[in-house]
Amino acid sequence: MAAGEPGDRMVATAAQARPKIAVIDLWKSFAGHEVLRGINLEVPAGESLVIVGGSGAGKSVLLKHLIGLIPPERGHVIIDGDDLTNCEPAHCLEIRRKFGMSFQEGALFDSMTVFENIAFPLRRHTRSSEGEIAARVRECLALVHLDKIENKATSELSGGMRRRVGFARAIALQPEILLFDEPDTGLDPITSAVIDAVIVEMREQLDVTMVTITHNMQSAFRIADRIAMLRNGQITAVAQPDVFRSLADPYIQKFLAGEPLEEEVA
Amino acid sequence: MNGEQARASGFNGFLEAIGRKSLELFEEVGRFFYILHATIYWTFRRPFDAREWLRQMVRVGVDSLPVVGLTSMFTGMVMALQTYRGFERFHAEGFVASVVSLSLTRELAPVLASLMIAGRVGSSLAAELGTMRVTEQIDALYAMATEPIQYLVVPRVGATTVMLPPLVAIANGLGIFGGYAISVALMGANPVTYWEKTFQFLDMNDVSSGLIKAAVFGLILSVTGCSKGFFTTGGAEGVGRATTSAVVMGSVVILVSDFFLTKILF
Repeated sequence: MAAGEPGDRMVATAAQARPKIAVIDLWKSFAGHEVLRGINLEVPAGESLVIVGGSGAGKSVLLKHLIGLIPPERGHVIIDGDDLTNCEPAHCLEIRRKFGMSFQEGALFDSMTVFENIAFPLRRHTRSSEGEIAARVRECLALVHLDKIENKATSELSGGMRRRVGFARAIALQPEILLFDEPDTGLDPITSAVIDAVIVEMREQLDVTMVTITHNMQSAFRIADRIAMLRNGQITAVAQPDVFRSLADPYIQKFLAGEPLEEEVA
Repeated sequence: MNGEQARASGFNGFLEAIGRKSLELFEEVGRFFYILHATIYWTFRRPFDAREWLRQMVRVGVDSLPVVGLTSMFTGMVMALQTYRGFERFHAEGFVASVVSLSLTRELAPVLASLMIAGRVGSSLAAELGTMRVTEQIDALYAMATEPIQYLVVPRVGATTVMLPPLVAIANGLGIFGGYAISVALMGANPVTYWEKTFQFLDMNDVSSGLIKAAVFGLILSVTGCSKGFFTTGGAEGVGRATTSAVVMGSVVILVSDFFLTKILF
């Protein structure tokens, strides 16, 4: 044990030096329109980063690059030192196993029940018995404060419940990185506060790195260690919530106050 | 001057339209071969999903049996009716059986069955995968380190390719039976002679060529349906477009490739 400690510590320092997620000079355009224009971003292990930005700023596109759903034109996404933008298909899948992702509308499989949705990644990637799977599904549902809904069809769920079942499915395989795509879009303020509380709680109970995109500043302040502003395809600011609030950038101040920009009104 | 300009822009517009259409066509062909290639690549990689294969084989094969059987039986019946009326004119009624069995096994059963399946299965593949695409369920599969081509497309394409030959074999039998029934019951043909004539000129090659065609058509129509669905964009309307064009494209490609298969191979 004692002999192993210095080695462990070295590994720990190496991991700290290396960010969990590194985005290097990422470019992407769709049909001639440049959506991402040289994104550089680092997320250390264990951090909760929230990326905010206006509608159509390219937040979803950036998030989908992080997990390799969209290939970039230029640039790299490095996960734990592995380049996700340049890997063999089978190796890409290996890297993706580190991720759990929650989609905007949940993206639950509508041909399956809630139970089957959460059990899907477990059946796919583990050799657990049905009993172990059932236990894990209940555990995941408990983490998002849901129970007795295992046998419901996904179409019977409300928006907030769909989101939470999506969370449960995302954490089923104990991912190292959790991505949230607009977790509270289309939800009322109270439900959205509940969703944020669930996210904060998951963060405390699971050892994960989180990246969330949202345009809801209230929710950003509730769940972020750092907030990044995405505007015109570039990260214009990254700061801790307190610092972010007092940044002098007029766009950020308008964004925080929820006021229109002069140029957009005129 | 103005007229000249208008003529020039009209001509340019014409060229542009041709260019755009050609690009679309290349894109379409590219997608088809991309899906085909990826399907073959992922077919031979773990994990193998036997349950999903079986489910799709039931959906494509067993569930299509009534419609394929009915189509083929009535085709055999009408074939007997028509050729009898024609052959009667030069007293060759004895050859009705041979014509019915040859044209059914070599041509009609495989093509008509495949067209029916293109309508029944090709459309549902496109609608199913298209809906999964626009509701981000396909992205969710990626995010759960599950290759959607392997999980969704491989069993669907595989099941269609595997199930079409047995379907056509049954269709052959039912079609020949339909011709026999009409000839014997309505035209007063001698049952024993009719039966003999059915197999007199029919050799193994006729039957096997039809079955090989059926497998190729199954591959074509399922890959078309899956590629249409897989690359769906534009919400519910997009799913509708994908479904329609899966049937149209599938049917056209079946008929065109039927000619070349018949000409080159058999």
